[in-house]
Amino acid sequence: MLTLTGVCAAVSVLALFLILGYLVVRGGASLNWAFFTRLPVPVGEVGGGMANAIVGSAKLLLFATLVGVPIGLLGAIYLAEFSGSKMAFVVRYAADLLNGVPSIVIGIFAYALAVLPFKQFSTLAGGFALGLMMIPITLRSTEEFLRSVPNSLREGAMALGASKWKMIATVIVPAAYRGILTAILLAFARVAGETAPLIFTAFGNNYWSAGWTQPTASLPVTIYNYALSPYEDWHRQAWAGGLVLLGLILMINIVARGILSRGISVSRS
Amino acid sequence: MASVRPAVPVNIPPTATTTPRESNATLSMRMTISKVNFFYGSKQSLFDINMGIGTNKVTALIGPSGCGKSTLLRTLNRMHETISNARLEGEILLDGQNILKQDVTAHRRRVGMVFQRPNPFPKSIFDNVAYGLRINGSKAPIAEAVEKSLRHAALWDEVKDHLHKSAYELSGGQQQRLCIARALAVEPEVLLLDEPCSALDPISTAKIEELLVQLKDLCTIVIVTHNMQQAARVSDFTAFLLIGQLIEFNPTPQLFTTPSDPRTEAYITGRFG
Repeated sequence: MLTLTGVCAAVSVLALFLILGYLVVRGGASLNWAFFTRLPVPVGEVGGGMANAIVGSAKLLLFATLVGVPIGLLGAIYLAEFSGSKMAFVVRYAADLLNGVPSIVIGIFAYALAVLPFKQFSTLAGGFALGLMMIPITLRSTEEFLRSVPNSLREGAMALGASKWKMIATVIVPAAYRGILTAILLAFARVAGETAPLIFTAFGNNYWSAGWTQPTASLPVTIYNYALSPYEDWHRQAWAGGLVLLGLILMINIVARGILSRGISVSRS
Repeated sequence: MASVRPAVPVNIPPTATTTPRESNATLSMRMTISKVNFFYGSKQSLFDINMGIGTNKVTALIGPSGCGKSTLLRTLNRMHETISNARLEGEILLDGQNILKQDVTAHRRRVGMVFQRPNPFPKSIFDNVAYGLRINGSKAPIAEAVEKSLRHAALWDEVKDHLHKSAYELSGGQQQRLCIARALAVEPEVLLLDEPCSALDPISTAKIEELLVQLKDLCTIVIVTHNMQQAARVSDFTAFLLIGQLIEFNPTPQLFTTPSDPRTEAYITGRFG
């Protein structure tokens, strides 16, 4: 039994390292400066890069953060500091369900809400879809961190004449800020690699996006399209894109863990 | 239990105070608690409490666990309102005004509180003490107010060289004095202390007790304590509570030497509690 469990544990680690290793070998070989600075070139020409997709992903994630983080954060404050147990249960349950909604469904929803009415694929629609996915992740983990702030701090602030809002803004959120920052980073990393919600919202673009209301390329969708293509050079670029994306997500995870390992900034006596 | 023994002072208006005989003539009442009943949901935890809190005196609340002494203390700055199903009946006056009709945040500035366990904020020593001033938008020069409060709390000499270090680097006793300084910074008229030494070692406890005796020139003090010796050492008046009732309220020496109620005697001689 010990052997079996050990083997299973090893397989799970191995899976990660195989993916990583394969990406590094295949992607690393194709990764060059042009990948970051050049636009895609027409089929037949060799070279070019994914600069538009990298910038597109950055814009999509920025807008997603603007949508998802404030809603998740303020919702979490409501859950942790104001709501009764019944309301909190409903919101928490809904957030967990939303977290479990397949990302393709989120994509269709965003398509119906943010693409169809304007008859236009856009960066904003893509960011909106990703933002929706960030809400439950930010909400649930921020709530946990707010709850882990000892009640004695709340009482201390209130006893000094702080109103509830002042107490939250000046004591509770600062006390939990490391945890909150981690929650945001993890939500960010979680949606950075999402492809499905972008296919019918941000769509894709072989050139620079003409603006927030226009379709844009993004790393995951470009990788998807390139990997499906019959061209050897595009395959190479898809590997390079995968490596860049994975590197970004890995880095965010490591930073998040680093922040969190320094503990929440409150002694839990 | 409805009829209280004559020895128990029943203070209704501040003028008709029947508290402590010896100082009857001069003692003024900063706070007056009359006919206070308190409920958690349907469970009543204070029964018809009547007492006065003498200005610039230390009043101790003693009694066994669960007797309602902390509950009574918390009603004095309306901290009970943070509990959703708590309900208070009766009247509590501060300088003749019903505190339940005041703005709650303004009231809590006038009646500060120090808790059982030190609860400094995760901020610097300076920012902890300045907190109350800042949230109230005080115009007073903050640095001076911080120094003054830390001196009052007998902590200044220990921390003056590292005011910007985290409050969590202080020892437990220092943290508790920091919490006292934090409460004093907004210049409250009344300072409530809820078993402030129960988490501290004997030396830190002695320091805080010494401090309380000095602080009464500055404000009126009400302290809940588990420790009868502590009540005897620091307080001028002592109230003994038992299962939500005020059994006896007398000058401290009198309560501890010649208690007028047999239950008080049983408690202070260690027969229960």
